Amino acid sequence: MNEAVLQCVGVTKSFGDFVAVRDVTFDVSRGEIVAILGSSGCGKTTVLRLIAGLERPDAGQILIRGEVASTPQRQTPPDKRGIGMVVQEYALFPHMTVRQNVAFGLNNLSNDQKKDRVAEVMSLVRLENLQDRYPHELSSGQQQRIALARTMAPRPSAVLLDEPFSNIDAGLRSEVRRDVEEILRVNDIAAVLVTHDRDEAFAIADRVAVMSDGELHQVDTPEAVYHLPSSKRVAQMTATCDFIEGVVLQDGTVDTEAGILAYDTHSSDIEPGSSVELVIHPDDFGIDENESGAMIVQAREFRGDATVLMIALPSGATLRCRQDSHCAITSGRRVDLILNRPGPFAAFSV
Amino acid sequence: MPFRRTLSVLTALPLVVPSYVGAFLAISALGPKGLLQQMLSPIGVESLPEIYGLPGAAITLTLLSYPYTLLTVRAAFRNLDPSLDESARLLGHGSWSTFFRMTLPQLKPAMAAGSLLVALYTLSDFGAVSLMRYETFTWAIFQQYQSAFDRSIAAVLSLVLVLFAVLILMGDGFVASKGRFYRTGSGSARATNAVRLGRWRWPAVAFCVAAVVAALGMPTAVLGYWLVKGVSAGEPLTLVWSATLNSLYVSLMAAVAATVLAVPVAALAVRHPGHLSRLFERVSHTGYALPGIVVALALVFFGSRLVQPIYQTVWVLVFAYVVLFLPAALGSFRSSLMQVSPKIEEAARCLGHGRISVMLSITAPLTRSGLLMGGALVFLVTMKELPATLILGPLGFSTLASRIWSASSEAFFAQAAAPALMLIFISSVPLAILMIRDRSRQ
Repeated sequence: MNEAVLQCVGVTKSFGDFVAVRDVTFDVSRGEIVAILGSSGCGKTTVLRLIAGLERPDAGQILIRGEVASTPQRQTPPDKRGIGMVVQEYALFPHMTVRQNVAFGLNNLSNDQKKDRVAEVMSLVRLENLQDRYPHELSSGQQQRIALARTMAPRPSAVLLDEPFSNIDAGLRSEVRRDVEEILRVNDIAAVLVTHDRDEAFAIADRVAVMSDGELHQVDTPEAVYHLPSSKRVAQMTATCDFIEGVVLQDGTVDTEAGILAYDTHSSDIEPGSSVELVIHPDDFGIDENESGAMIVQAREFRGDATVLMIALPSGATLRCRQDSHCAITSGRRVDLILNRPGPFAAFSV
Repeated sequence: MPFRRTLSVLTALPLVVPSYVGAFLAISALGPKGLLQQMLSPIGVESLPEIYGLPGAAITLTLLSYPYTLLTVRAAFRNLDPSLDESARLLGHGSWSTFFRMTLPQLKPAMAAGSLLVALYTLSDFGAVSLMRYETFTWAIFQQYQSAFDRSIAAVLSLVLVLFAVLILMGDGFVASKGRFYRTGSGSARATNAVRLGRWRWPAVAFCVAAVVAALGMPTAVLGYWLVKGVSAGEPLTLVWSATLNSLYVSLMAAVAATVLAVPVAALAVRHPGHLSRLFERVSHTGYALPGIVVALALVFFGSRLVQPIYQTVWVLVFAYVVLFLPAALGSFRSSLMQVSPKIEEAARCLGHGRISVMLSITAPLTRSGLLMGGALVFLVTMKELPATLILGPLGFSTLASRIWSASSEAFFAQAAAPALMLIFISSVPLAILMIRDRSRQ
């Protein structure tokens, strides 16, 4: 997990006046899975297309195995890059059988070698018996795995996956996701996966790159982008969370309506006396019914596996608190907040 | 409905009957001293309503051009989203109300487009109106061209005709920009359900059969009659073979040339949209609006003054066909190319294939049917094209169309019968194949 297979350095791409990707820098090591997390239209698919050589950057450069593959002036064509890509629609060739689809990328092999390699990747995706079917005769989950098999067959040095699970039934999604992850891990392949689903990103990725409006805001482990987001924007994209204001005290804590809380931060301009916002996740606080408590339960939402209470603070700000499924506290009750963990909480200056 | 499949092919087939054949058959059957009158004279009918002029021309052209509207509306019907109709029913509309408020409005663009095709076809028609002695612009232009040495009058008349065509096309643009078909979901399309007709079954069949009989059955029967009469009178059939070969030769050349030219234009328009490529595509579509006689005259001027060596050769004729019928090849290839997602080509690139390899192994097989269809269409319309063939055909180069014309304009109907039957037969083959292919894809 050290040599960088893919490197994007200051990559920018505009379409007309619209800047789709702005100054994006990140790298992916051998065997590593990086998920680009962002809402639709944020430029994440463009990043993949740039890496694959399907778009040319306006600025910056892309390196593959240490060699320059894309600059604004010169670019290696997609067929000479050794990068595989699985698109959202899978793009299986409708006029070819599964076998022909999978063998399509195996140009330089003899027929026997082709046959062996096809059999090998088909068993990798566990669909050995479907080789003579046509794509339209397969379920979407099978199509997805064939697309992956086709991409893996030429042994690419990296694989790009564009929303690979979004066309799969919700019930099957986590199973297919585990299969894909296993295939990537077993083959020690670098992968970049694009998704708008943070649970998916957290579940599969070694690192998550949070993207919006064409910019990468933070590239870090799933735990880090969740617990210590670098900005309010990242916090909102990576978690269901509320914000609570407070003033920084001398000893590295923040005085808030919900008590004195420890904080941690990426920003350098926070010092005693400055106003900050802390990120509060729904499971950070528990509650106790107390008739003289300062907080009021404003709303109650039963989720099946949990009950989420909306708690109004004296200032009018609200926090969501996740309680167990059997929690019987109803709206209108007065409660106290109890800290579930010592912190620290991510802080941003206001 | 009974005989649905057969009727759906048969009702489109009148497309292959050229207007001048339809007109000469109508005249020979219904005209003065025609077959009908001969049959009726024993019972004392001395004269029939006048066939020459507007009524004859209108009836002939209507019967032969209705398939244009039929085909466009039928395609639109097939693409209707059944869930829209179902929603209308669920919102409390009966089947009539649903038809008028949901189905019909969605078909409007197709009906308008089909009507405009018919209007353009009629405007540029030359054969039927001439035989029916109904003086239209195309007829006047031809007269001027043949009789007067000064061709500027023909040129002025042509310009007016082009202006009309442009007005019609602007109407088309107006309708097209407002009309859109939507499917509600992006999911795979559910096929439209067939409606059970109940007791309307047989009237519906009768109507379709009547149309087929009038536009296809009668002409073939009358043709057969003339053929038998001609052969028994010692009419030589050998002349037909050389004309058939000539027709096949130029039509095939035109089909191949138009198809080859359509590929880069459509590829540019679909894969690299921009101002320049749009302009390119628009220009390629002008043949659609230009009456054949106008293109032919333009090429006469051009050929006789600037490129003398190839004037009066088959090449100029084929060029005219390509100008006229490129849009047919273009449209059909364009729509098949649009169905090939660029993602598929990109996926192939990412699997290590270069541009040319991707074109050959992915794009070409996937667009083959559209390409073939466009070629077949060009072949079909070239076979029956008349004015350009008459004006630009080299001296002594006779095709089926020109033989039919020369015989029927002199009222030698028996001579015209054999080439006409041959023409109808040859052009039905590709059309029938197209229709069957089209249906098997549904």
